[in-house]
Amino acid sequence: MQGNVRIGAGLGFYGDAWEPVAASIERGGVHYIASDHLAELTLAILQKDRQRDPSLGYARDVVPMLMKLWPLMQALSVKFICNAGGLNPAGAGAALRAAFAAKGWKARIAVVTGDDVLPQLGAIAPPHMFNGQAFESVRERMVFANAYVGARPIVSALQQDADIVVTGRVADAALFLAPLVHEFNWKLEDAKTSTELDRLAQGLAVGHLLECSGQGSGGNFGSQQAWKAIPDLAHIGYPIAEVSEDGSALITKAPGTGGRVNFDTVRQQLLYEVHDPAHYASPDVVMDLSAVRLEDLGHDAVRMTGVRGHARPAQLKVVGGFRDGYKAEVTWGFSWPDAHDKALAAVEMVKAQLADKRMAHDELFVEFPGLNSAHGPLAPLPAPEVLAELNEVWVRLVVRTRDKAVADGFGRLFPWMALSGPAYTCGFHGLNNSSELLGIWPALMDRGAVEAALRVEVLQS
Amino acid sequence: MKVPLVKLAHARSGDKADWVDFGLFAWNEAGYRLLEREVTAERVQAHFAPWLPGDVVCWRLPNILALKLVLKGALQGGGARNLRMDNLGKAMAAALLRMEIEVSPEELAEAVAAPRVGWWPD
Repeated sequence: MQGNVRIGAGLGFYGDAWEPVAASIERGGVHYIASDHLAELTLAILQKDRQRDPSLGYARDVVPMLMKLWPLMQALSVKFICNAGGLNPAGAGAALRAAFAAKGWKARIAVVTGDDVLPQLGAIAPPHMFNGQAFESVRERMVFANAYVGARPIVSALQQDADIVVTGRVADAALFLAPLVHEFNWKLEDAKTSTELDRLAQGLAVGHLLECSGQGSGGNFGSQQAWKAIPDLAHIGYPIAEVSEDGSALITKAPGTGGRVNFDTVRQQLLYEVHDPAHYASPDVVMDLSAVRLEDLGHDAVRMTGVRGHARPAQLKVVGGFRDGYKAEVTWGFSWPDAHDKALAAVEMVKAQLADKRMAHDELFVEFPGLNSAHGPLAPLPAPEVLAELNEVWVRLVVRTRDKAVADGFGRLFPWMALSGPAYTCGFHGLNNSSELLGIWPALMDRGAVEAALRVEVLQS
Repeated sequence: MKVPLVKLAHARSGDKADWVDFGLFAWNEAGYRLLEREVTAERVQAHFAPWLPGDVVCWRLPNILALKLVLKGALQGGGARNLRMDNLGKAMAAALLRMEIEVSPEELAEAVAAPRVGWWPD
């Protein structure tokens, strides 16, 4: 490509807003949108969808989002890359093709499959990557496992003139690195020199800054009073990166949008969900931020240089999910007078019932929304005389159990207390509110078998 | 004197499985010198100990005036099984900003008065 490549951030998670994406297409001069629909937790949500209906298991908002964006994208030749396929990329591709066909729209939709490693995982039996726990403890309960794959299959899809690329689990930042590799013809698997590795790492850092949508442009920006300096969050512009062939990048956003791209908002996102900042592993390159430079140019523009790259790791990260019992939760309010004391008394009544009825459980978790649910015991409670006079107190009780019947019955412990418990209650919520819990199993596995199974299929609508 | 980090820094928390990570950012170099001296892995662990005992690792990034902290085992096995309302630890960065560090009045005055490095509107 002649000149720079401009990539706009799409969604940051399943359920995120897409109006800012339309602004980036209409006013941001972008060539690509890369959209990350999968948080670590999302596959657990999609797994529950798939259990109910095997044709699901993908992030369904991709269909209405692209129905809205495609006319804009087509007019300006903007391409769209996303991991909304989740646990079922083929299903997502089919749903998109059907929706486009119904409108008579022509598009080349590429589907990337092969990240599902559940069938192989049993033979490998990888220990928990963080705490070393043995795989045997979860073997029978594992319900999904997906490898974080790199940019290559997306590059292949772009080489086949895909307008839209839908993947399953890929490393989030690979969604952004792939179009750079494609446009600039960067070396990927065989990158060896520091120049080659550094520009891949710059591209990865760009992806890292953009993959969480508004968090890269002033959303969720914190400290006391500082958040007030971020203008018009209601109309936030998602970040846009203008990347040069050498990998240096300008982070900005569409003109006329809210939010703020400056040294502070960019560096806060740069470290987000990074562990060792000198060794952030991805399937394509290891990113080293120890010499990164962020130069604030003003007017929502920050230049990023100096990200170093090291050779890609031999193994890929896998995240699995295993069935881990059930929970049920109830939230309930008590009003003045003695609201806090009455909430505490209600908790004791629940504990007594769990014991009386021999309802086996591993944990009864109690917190008080409005008092300490965000910071637990680090949140100082009001002085006793203030606590005693609070207008209202809410209590949230959550039971964790291996017995589904206990979870299903938990909410039924409460209604009688409206008439026969502490006075002046309101807002009971959670009579039928049980759900299955999924534990997360991060692990490593050799990349060869995974990468040999990757497939790219282009569908024509 | 003791001063909470919220007077000197901004922060964001994120999650990977059952680890929570924090980026902690000084507004200027004077503030960064205080964070670098006072915010150690041991002290952050002690700060969270009443709630979340677990190992803490700390890295320093003077190039962007930041510290990186990882708090291991903080999410009860991960967001899909954590019973807390804040199951992903999104609010935990603010709990870090409650932590108090020991500085002299002169050091605090300098860190508060020095211009913020980032570009801010008038």
